[in-house]
Amino acid sequence: MMLTVNGKDHDIEADPDTPLLWILRDVVEMVGTKYGCGIAQCGACTVHLDGQPIRSCSYRLGDINGEITTIEGLSSDQGLHAVQEAWINEQVTQCGYCQSGQIMSAVALLSAIPQPTDEDIDRAMSGNLCRCGTYPKIRAAIHSAAAKLARS
Amino acid sequence: MGRIATIARRTFLIGSAAVLGGVAFGYYMYRRPPENPLEDDLADGTVALTPYVLINANGITLITPRTDLGQGAYSLQAALIAEELDVDIHKVNVDPGPPSPAYYNTALSHEAVPFASTDDGIAARVARGLADATLKFIGLQITGGSTTASDSYEKLRIAGAVARETLKQAAVIHTGNSIPVDRMWTRDGHVMLSQSGGDGIPYESLAEIATTIEPVDQVDLKPKSEWRYLGKAMERIDIVAKSTGRQKYGIDLQIEGMVHATVRSNPRQGGSMRSFDAAKAEGMPDVRKIVPLENAVGVIANNTWAAFRATDAIEFDWGDAPFLHEQEDHWQALADSFTEESLDSRNRDDGNIDDALASGEIVEAEYRAPYLAHAPLEPVSAIVLVEEDRLEIWTGTQIPGFLVVKAAKLAGVSEENVTLHVQMVGGSFGHRLEDDYVMKTVELALAMKGTPVKMTYSREEDMRHDFPRQIAMARGQGAFLDGRINALDLSIAMPAVTISQIGRQGLNLPGPDPVIVAGAWDQPYGIENYRVTGYRADNLAPVSSWRSVGASTNSFFHESFLDELIHAAGADPLEERLRLLSHEPSRKVLEVVGEMADWGSDPGPNKGRGIAYALAFGTPVAEIVEVTKTQEGIRIDKVWVAAEIGTLLDPVNFENQVKGGIVWGLGHAMNCETTFSDGMVQQTNFHAYEAMRIYQCPQIEVRALENGSRVTGIGEPPVAAAAPALANAIFAATGKRIREMPFNKHVSFV
Ligand code: FES
Ligand code: FES
Repeated sequence: MMLTVNGKDHDIEADPDTPLLWILRDVVEMVGTKYGCGIAQCGACTVHLDGQPIRSCSYRLGDINGEITTIEGLSSDQGLHAVQEAWINEQVTQCGYCQSGQIMSAVALLSAIPQPTDEDIDRAMSGNLCRCGTYPKIRAAIHSAAAKLARS
Repeated sequence: MGRIATIARRTFLIGSAAVLGGVAFGYYMYRRPPENPLEDDLADGTVALTPYVLINANGITLITPRTDLGQGAYSLQAALIAEELDVDIHKVNVDPGPPSPAYYNTALSHEAVPFASTDDGIAARVARGLADATLKFIGLQITGGSTTASDSYEKLRIAGAVARETLKQAAVIHTGNSIPVDRMWTRDGHVMLSQSGGDGIPYESLAEIATTIEPVDQVDLKPKSEWRYLGKAMERIDIVAKSTGRQKYGIDLQIEGMVHATVRSNPRQGGSMRSFDAAKAEGMPDVRKIVPLENAVGVIANNTWAAFRATDAIEFDWGDAPFLHEQEDHWQALADSFTEESLDSRNRDDGNIDDALASGEIVEAEYRAPYLAHAPLEPVSAIVLVEEDRLEIWTGTQIPGFLVVKAAKLAGVSEENVTLHVQMVGGSFGHRLEDDYVMKTVELALAMKGTPVKMTYSREEDMRHDFPRQIAMARGQGAFLDGRINALDLSIAMPAVTISQIGRQGLNLPGPDPVIVAGAWDQPYGIENYRVTGYRADNLAPVSSWRSVGASTNSFFHESFLDELIHAAGADPLEERLRLLSHEPSRKVLEVVGEMADWGSDPGPNKGRGIAYALAFGTPVAEIVEVTKTQEGIRIDKVWVAAEIGTLLDPVNFENQVKGGIVWGLGHAMNCETTFSDGMVQQTNFHAYEAMRIYQCPQIEVRALENGSRVTGIGEPPVAAAAPALANAIFAATGKRIREMPFNKHVSFV
């Protein structure tokens, strides 16, 4: 079946029961989207389906009806997404393994709520675990990305 | 006032730490220097100036042998070399290098000797020196014990300086001896030939000549005031890759021609496999091959998930667990081990505890802490390729040296024929001090000769086969007189953690296991009658090091019980700790954290503050937690932390590590435990093992103090005091004393 990832069509041959996460990682071979739990508990696998954040480990390939955006599709030749720039400026990352998912959730949050409060952030980001404990930096980076997006 | 390091020619080549350590400690039992591992395989025109610096016409590579587990170890190690070598870490390559005895970890041994880290007496120094020699003998290239900073601080700066000075010598030859070396200086990867500067000669162009000369054996280290990179906010070398999804971790690596796989072994850790039936799994889509292994089955498939699903469809007949089957029996085994026969150590026995407890008011309590999984977000994986008599391995590990030895043995090849490529790791916290997942992959690859096999554990397999943090129990007795603590007797029972862990590498530790009492006996309190006794409990599950190791349970016991005593005595938790501490850096962190939190001021209605202090891995840390009692439960509002680390090498990383350590310590204390039923781990995914999520994360304020003489690490120390500070805060807010982890057995959190 056809799968559109970051604007590019892929002809996928795999069992339609296969979760989108593993299609991305092992079939399309785009590994920026991470496996953490496989049961929608950690958020490491977060991607966008038509702009909405979803846990790709819990979506069957056969059920995907729309365009997928992954962390690899967030930046373009024009440069990094404002959220990624904020992540770099605030030096959010430790091991970094959760951060693709964190960034995808944060981008979705800011498109829904351009000036989120701490409570908005807590609500939108609580599905994303960070075992390294980067939460304080994540809050700061989302606020600074929001400020930057408001200026532009 | 640059410090001069004199380095004998041969020892310089093996990494100056050997000699530095030797000079510092006087002597070594084991003197023969290991070879420079980079000399084996050098292409023409490449020079390995020390085991840490490699230069050829194409560029400069810094070797950073301590694994990056997310703690920023690659950046820190690179910065230490770069500071002296005079290069920008963003313009050079950084590579973890091959496993080699030259990269052994000296600082780690300091934790294995029965002297408190505050003890600089001659006996303590000799013991540390001996431990260094033993460690060197077995070639422990380990990342752990928060030792990367302390182990690397001098070693890597000297390596950088030696390389720099040797390149200046090469530049003298390059210029036909027309310019004397003392007129030369360096800037950003160039040797400059005159004060006016000009373009200078790039290091790369000097590599050829440098191969022909003897490296210098005397170098000056830059004084701190001249540091260009260290001590300043540095951008981590991996920050862009990790913010764009481009960073490849072990689990992401793709090797030409590789197949995907997973392994299922007995959910009772270490148990046997009697039989299995894979008929259903064989016919499933995308499944290629079922491979029987020793006490396990591997599945090769077109994608990882197809392999996971197929292992779920295999019917197994598993053997029993080789340890107690039920959780309550584990607790009972601990309770039963406070006996003379199980006594493991009594490193502290000050005053006369029995007399002191015979009179006055006595406080008694029992404390518990459960097993805890490491559960880093990246499940473990490895890629192995077997070809004739060669083995190639790609994986993230904290123990490269051990891993190569074991893999070679398992595959029946020589160690020289094993190539290990150490990968970036998505968190570890001690998880990757084990190597069973790699050995399983080697077994699979032996059945698939010529094909690289990528084996990934499902989250469930990862958590079932974790070697968790020790379970532990403590009994405290104490007494006070006139509002002052005058006796504290703490007995701690747990499995022998070090012995369990190194036993899996075929090593043994004669004598007591230092982890059993770590974080308790070595606290520099001057309590008049003070005793700490360790008891070793048997027949428990195999355990391993978990971020902050012994202190993760023992600080909770010690600092919570001390707090109970202080409250019973009617004293102030901060003042009384200060009265009992004479170790100046420890007093300082308490004083500073008290100022930061304005200790003593009224926190407001329904609020409470708790304080705790711990000396772990040589780093004194004091923490204050503030909580609010709400209708729905406890809310953690704020945490203040002060830590004494000697010299602050990287402020951004310091802040991140401390905050991460607090989140780790609080989160697991709140709601995590690993328990066994029928010998199987019951918490196999994050729905049952949440720790802290962002909505629970307090504001955290941190401060680094730089008064100590030694550089100490910061990855683990903040973890220790977090749980007791929280328990003490909950007591202050609610009057309820929590003596068991996880705390949500007794209070709810919002
Ligand atoms: S892997 Fe999908 S939420 Fe954890
Ligand atoms: S940075 Fe390591 S899990 Fe978030």
